Formats: sequence, C-alpha cells, structure tokens
Amino acid sequence: MAKYPTELKYSNEHEWVKKTDDVYTIGITDYAAEQLGDIVHLELPQPGDEFSIGEAFGVVESVKSVSDAYMPVAGRIVEVNEVVMNNPGVVNDDPYAEGWIIKISVEDETEIDNLMTAEAYEAFVVEES
Amino acid sequence: MSELKRTPLYDEHKKLNGRIVPFAGWEMPVQYSGVIDEHMAVRKNVGLFDVSHMGEFEITGDKALDYLNRVTTNNVAKLEDGGCQYTLLCYENGTVVDDLILSRVAKNHYIAIVNAANLEKDFAWLEKQNSEGATLKNVSDDYALIAVQGPKSPALVAKVFNQDFTSLKYYNCTEASIGDANVKVFRTGYTGEDGFELMVEAKHACTLWQQLLVVGADYGVKPCGLGARDTLRLEVAYSLYGHEINSEINALEANLGWVVKLQKGDFIGREALQSIKDQGVTRKIVGFEMAEAGIGRDGCPVFVGDKQIGYVTSGTHAPLLKKAVGIALIDVNYKDVGTEILIDIRGKKKKAVVQKTPFYNRCA
Repeated sequence: MAKYPTELKYSNEHEWVKKTDDVYTIGITDYAAEQLGDIVHLELPQPGDEFSIGEAFGVVESVKSVSDAYMPVAGRIVEVNEVVMNNPGVVNDDPYAEGWIIKISVEDETEIDNLMTAEAYEAFVVEES
Repeated sequence: MSELKRTPLYDEHKKLNGRIVPFAGWEMPVQYSGVIDEHMAVRKNVGLFDVSHMGEFEITGDKALDYLNRVTTNNVAKLEDGGCQYTLLCYENGTVVDDLILSRVAKNHYIAIVNAANLEKDFAWLEKQNSEGATLKNVSDDYALIAVQGPKSPALVAKVFNQDFTSLKYYNCTEASIGDANVKVFRTGYTGEDGFELMVEAKHACTLWQQLLVVGADYGVKPCGLGARDTLRLEVAYSLYGHEINSEINALEANLGWVVKLQKGDFIGREALQSIKDQGVTRKIVGFEMAEAGIGRDGCPVFVGDKQIGYVTSGTHAPLLKKAVGIALIDVNYKDVGTEILIDIRGKKKKAVVQKTPFYNRCA
C-alpha cells in the first residue's frame, strides 16, 4: 500500500488536491500535519475569494508554529470546511477525509496535471526530510 | 556556530521517537506523542522531561552565604538546609541576568540551577562578582536533570526510589539513592503541578529515566518535550528568560517583586530597584486572553485604539483551558484585569482582554 492516497495529487508545499467532477477539494498532507504538530487554529478565506496558483489562501496554526497554506492550483473558493474551523484537530486526525480544508472551482483544468503523484510526493518528502 | 550538545538522555529520546530540535545550543526533544497529549498527561497523571540542558553550579565555602546574598535578589539567609528558593541575578540597573532556583544542600553548600541559554553568561557573571571568595564550580556536565511532573508524580517517585517523599515539602530538596546512584531530589518544577526534579550523575541518567518510564506505565506516564514544557508554564504564567525577563526588563516590571527583598541588605541592583519601586513602574507584565480567534504570539504589538501600548512576550493555545492566552509587557495604565486591548496578529488587530494570572491554578 502506498504511503499517500494514490487518488490525490500533491504540491511541493504539502497540499493535496482531489478532483470530483468540477470541484477540487484541497487539504494538507499527513506529513505536513505531523510536522506542524497539534493544529489549534485556521484562518481561511470566504467563499467567492479568488487566488492564483502558489498564493497563500490561509494560515494553519499549531500550538508551536504558524504556517501559510498555498494554492496548489488557481481557483475560486466555493466552500470552507466548517468542521475544521470549529475543531482544527481534525486536520491532524483525518487529513485526507474529514480534515479537508477548502473546495474550489478552477478555470484552468490542466494545472492539476503538473502536481505530483503519490509516488512522486513520497520521494519528495524523503528527500526533504 | 559551535556544535550542538547532547544530553546524557539523547539516545533515549531517539528510541522514543522524540522530535529533536536545536534549542539553546542543545539537541532537545520538542515533542514525542504531541504537545497537547503530553500537556494533558502532566495535568492529569505524570510526565517526564529531560531538562539536563539546564546549568547546575555549586557554591561552597564559608563565604558562600554572604556572596550569594549580594548577587541574588531573594534573601538567602532565610534558606535552611534542604530549602530551595526562586530568585534572580540582577544587573546594577535592576534588569535581569537570569532567574534561577537556589538550594541550600547543607551549611556552606548551595546549588544553583540556571537556564541553559544563559549558562556561560551566568557563570562568567558570578565569577566576576565574586569579591567574597566563595568557591564556584560549574558542574553542569556532570549531571543530568529529569523533571517528573504531575499529580501522580509523588506516587511514581516513591515507587521508583522505594521511599516516601510525603514529608518533602514544595520547594525543598533531599538526597535519595537508587542502585549505585545518589540523586538530589528537588520538589520543584515549571509546570504548575506538584512535581520533582531529579539531579542525577550523568552515567546513571539513562537507567533512572528508563525506570521512571517502566514503573510509570501504571501511572499513565508520558515523556514530554519542550513544547509541552512551554504550554504548561504559560498556563500558570511562569516567566521565561528571553521573553518575560531579560536584560531590558527590570524585575519589578516583570512582576517579580516578590523575590526582590529590598530590606535584606545590599545586593546588586538594589539601589535601582528601590528607586524604581519608589517612582512606580511605567510598564508591566500582564496576562491576556484572546477574545477573538487567533493566537497573539511573542513579538505581536499590543494596541488600545491606534496607540501601541506594548508587545506580547509569550502566547499559545492553552491545551487544558482550550483557549488562546498569553503574556504581554504593556503601559502600566492599561494593566487592570478586564481592560480590552488589541493584538496585532499578522497585520490584523484582534480583540483580547487583560486577565488575572495564573490562568490555571491546580489548587482552585
């Protein structure tokens, strides 16, 4: 079994993207969550806000540190996960399902093709750590 | 940059999958199972901390008392054998060289436990001030220091040493032995819980650590890192050198007047602190609680309206209280509990309220 879910694509800022029809769901990887430690606060955008690729869309704050979260692809926010806003620890506990962070719509459907596969991301993490 | 040092327990941290980070010139575990999990273990059960990076000095000889009473702010003459006191080394202007715990092991025999980051500075300062001719020895490399903290720490320490420490009161110390090891047992800590700090010869440190973990399994013991150490001390608003105290904040601004004994006779910083006391401080360390989402952290500017009145010295998410709290150095006019302040977090001013400290009190 692969270390990271194979149905997702990954950015080098440790975000994952899942495409379901026209909606792209974005979260952070379990590697990122573990590095941050216990997540206690998220600052997230409003539905309708637009961001370009690589732009910081929010802030993920753990007990010890503060990190920006970056757009793996450009898009417009359609939904923010209220569950993680109210209970940020869910991002640590279940980063690929309950712990998703935002859902977006995109203009350029080819951007996701430039992201890493699970296998490539695993190699990337090994190299970075 | 010189090479990072490792404590005698470094291999134990690796074995326990502790995440190692550089801290004050040392490679130290910042967390094992997670800051919140470790924090709660200390509040509910018991946690183990490697604090061997801290410095230990021995001060001996018949000049030790006179000397220590002149270089520290608390009254050393009040210490009896086996007594410990929280105290400060101050500069002439009343700002702080370091905070420390001074213990009288026996007559003319004292041990000072100081911050890792200040160890060399402190020892140089102490040597320079030693006109009395007390004997000073830096024994930091000879010993490990293990903190055992939490409501179940008395039971755990009693079991491991096969000795009852009920009569050892808070802020007292004694000696105990386990196998070949002689251990100095201090009933002190930095967590706001009951607890012990065990000063053990470096060569016996791993054995003692392992025994505490094995025996501690029945008490829910967890190894804890620097992350939890910081959240625990912040819930009880204990000062941390480099944050609430430093060479630019005087002891009275830092709310440490309770360890400054102006009547005890002359000591370094007395004149300045007396004058600061007479005139009143212009700024003060206060606790605050966030009233809006966000965490005001070290360095965030503090405002009332458009006027900056100070800055945050420490801030965190408080795991037991489940809210964001912090400490700030602000204009004394705004120090009263209940005062509404604004904390600039990454360019956004978020509401906070001045709060009574400690935020958490185990006796309450």
